[in-house]
Amino acid sequence: MRAAVEIEPSNLPSFTVGEVYVDTPRMTTRNVNVFYGDKMAIENVTLDIAEKQVVSFIGPSGCGKSTFLRCLNRMNDTIANCRVEGEIKLDDQNIYDAHIDVVPLRARVGMVFQKPNPFPKSIYDNVAYGPRIHGLASSKEELDGIVEASLSRAGLWEEVASRLDQSGTGLSGGQQQRLCIARAIAVSPEVILMDEPCSALDPIATARIEELIFELREEFTIVMVTHSMQQAARISNRTAYFHLGRLVEVGETSTIFTNPKHELTNSYITGRFG
Amino acid sequence: MSEPRKGIILPQVAVSRVNASLARRRASERRFRTYGRIAIGIALAFLFTLFVSIFTKGIPGFFQYYVTLEVVIDREKIDPAGDLSVQSLYDGDARGIIRSALYDATGAKGRSGRKAAGKLISLGAEQRLRQAILDNPSLLGKKVAMKFALDDDVDSFLRGYISRAVPEKDRRIDDTQIEFIEKLQRLQLISYDFSDYLIFGSASRDPEIAGIKGAFIGSMLTLAICLLLAFPMGVATAVYLEEFAPKNRITEIIEININNLAAVPSVVFGILGLAVFIAMFGMPRSIPLIGGVVLALMTLPTIIISSRAAIRAVPPSIRDAALGVGASKLQTVMHHVLPLAMPGMLTGTIIGMAQALGETAPLLMIGMVAFIVDIPGSVTDPGTVLPVQIFMWADFAERMFIHKTSAAIIVLLVFLIFMNAVAIFIRSRLERRW
Repeated sequence: MRAAVEIEPSNLPSFTVGEVYVDTPRMTTRNVNVFYGDKMAIENVTLDIAEKQVVSFIGPSGCGKSTFLRCLNRMNDTIANCRVEGEIKLDDQNIYDAHIDVVPLRARVGMVFQKPNPFPKSIYDNVAYGPRIHGLASSKEELDGIVEASLSRAGLWEEVASRLDQSGTGLSGGQQQRLCIARAIAVSPEVILMDEPCSALDPIATARIEELIFELREEFTIVMVTHSMQQAARISNRTAYFHLGRLVEVGETSTIFTNPKHELTNSYITGRFG
Repeated sequence: MSEPRKGIILPQVAVSRVNASLARRRASERRFRTYGRIAIGIALAFLFTLFVSIFTKGIPGFFQYYVTLEVVIDREKIDPAGDLSVQSLYDGDARGIIRSALYDATGAKGRSGRKAAGKLISLGAEQRLRQAILDNPSLLGKKVAMKFALDDDVDSFLRGYISRAVPEKDRRIDDTQIEFIEKLQRLQLISYDFSDYLIFGSASRDPEIAGIKGAFIGSMLTLAICLLLAFPMGVATAVYLEEFAPKNRITEIIEININNLAAVPSVVFGILGLAVFIAMFGMPRSIPLIGGVVLALMTLPTIIISSRAAIRAVPPSIRDAALGVGASKLQTVMHHVLPLAMPGMLTGTIIGMAQALGETAPLLMIGMVAFIVDIPGSVTDPGTVLPVQIFMWADFAERMFIHKTSAAIIVLLVFLIFMNAVAIFIRSRLERRW
């Protein structure tokens, strides 16, 4: 039997261990607190998200990693009693400023969700939806081009080219998730947030998605929440470990997994809890 | 084997106890199933009785007795002014033309004989003759065979409701008339045909020419107003409350009140309509416009509640997906939530409309129970509606109205079934999209 690590609030660090800052940040967060009503879900998180890299958020359930992820494109706005403090900047612009419109923000910071959620529309319309509402394409040909390119980049074109008019919900789980990725990249975002994108998929589909993320990091800045440490180890450049609403440790993935500095990180990655 | 400890039941004991309880559980399951079957059986029996009763009474209501007469359409008599105007035809002696044809056929002689014969035919016959000439002026000056409705007493007699055994003075048909009827029957001039008056006639005190056209059109106009008001308002309210409204005290109070409104007796809405539209705004009584508004108020809660349920049933992941690619709140609702919720909303709306179609009480309050012969041409013309027409007919004494009432009920039911079929069709079309 493995020894459970006693987690007292006193065990939590008051500051984050590791390399919080990077040289080429795409997004920066400073002293972010998130509350659900009176309950504090995220406390004092400061983190840089480097350009064209994959950052993985790991940590036990309920540690706030998804909450923090959803702050990055203000998806938390849809939760009635959610309040965000601190500063989250995309290109030196605080995205929580009063005058910021979430529509262009979310066009720049796209999102892929835990459960594949294609619209109950055709495959074509799923991908074309974003470009259509943002007016990205000036002609039908251009839109066709965007759809084809997005599906190709999501590694789905070969499989669906002949049935673009069929329902997106008729695809397999893995295909649906790649369709969602295609939908996200069709609006040419700069950052893509992925909230456990593989947790509802079988191992083969997971491998496809991981491969895809690995390719996409050439072009996009990707922030991913995952429960699979292997996945984080395989595809992310940097890994951040969250615990009870705090960012405990962040650093190069190799460092985190081979030489964690904090005792909690060490316990988690060696499987002593979580 | 160790000693049994407190709180631990040995597996063998557990198995035997489970087995012992099985019989009881199965019996209670069987009993429950039987109750269900009995309940369904009773419901079906009532439904069957209802349908048998309505159809056995209603089907004869679609037919009535006619007499075919050879009328000589004398130009001077029917059209004294000679210009074929409606006024001229009314001044003319259509009655005389029909009567003389009738006297010829029955061989009625003398004042009392002719009086008896004249009562055999419906008052609607004159109007029919005038209309035939208006439609086809070439009939003038010719001798043509035309079919006229018989008076409702004759109709009742032919259906066997008036017995000859009853003393003559207690009968609505006297012996002379019976003689004439029998003569007409021998000449095979009397026929039992589909009642065009039922479908194309409007309200009348004379059951043989009373029809539902006016009420049917009144119902359509009223429902149209009701739908035009209640559907957009109901859907908009539901969307706003579900998707946009802040969750606070005020919206909570609004929600509770909407739910309460659904339980308000419909007659109260009628009083509201009476007080607001007729008393306060001085709008005319009996018009489909006010009827529609009152029914819209009545159906709004139903539509709002079912629309909200439909919106709530749209998976949140779809909203996330739309918001995630940068759709605005309104785009998310318009492009994704509404189309997905539409089948449910339409179901609620159709249920509301069906309720409205069958509603009588609030319309009585705003005067739609008035006896109106003219068919409403617009929503501001006085009119009545099908259920009110049924209500009025059910109140009349003439035997023939019993059949007419049931026939009107059948028309109302067919209308309802048609509406439901349309709803199901629309729903399946919308759902088939994916």
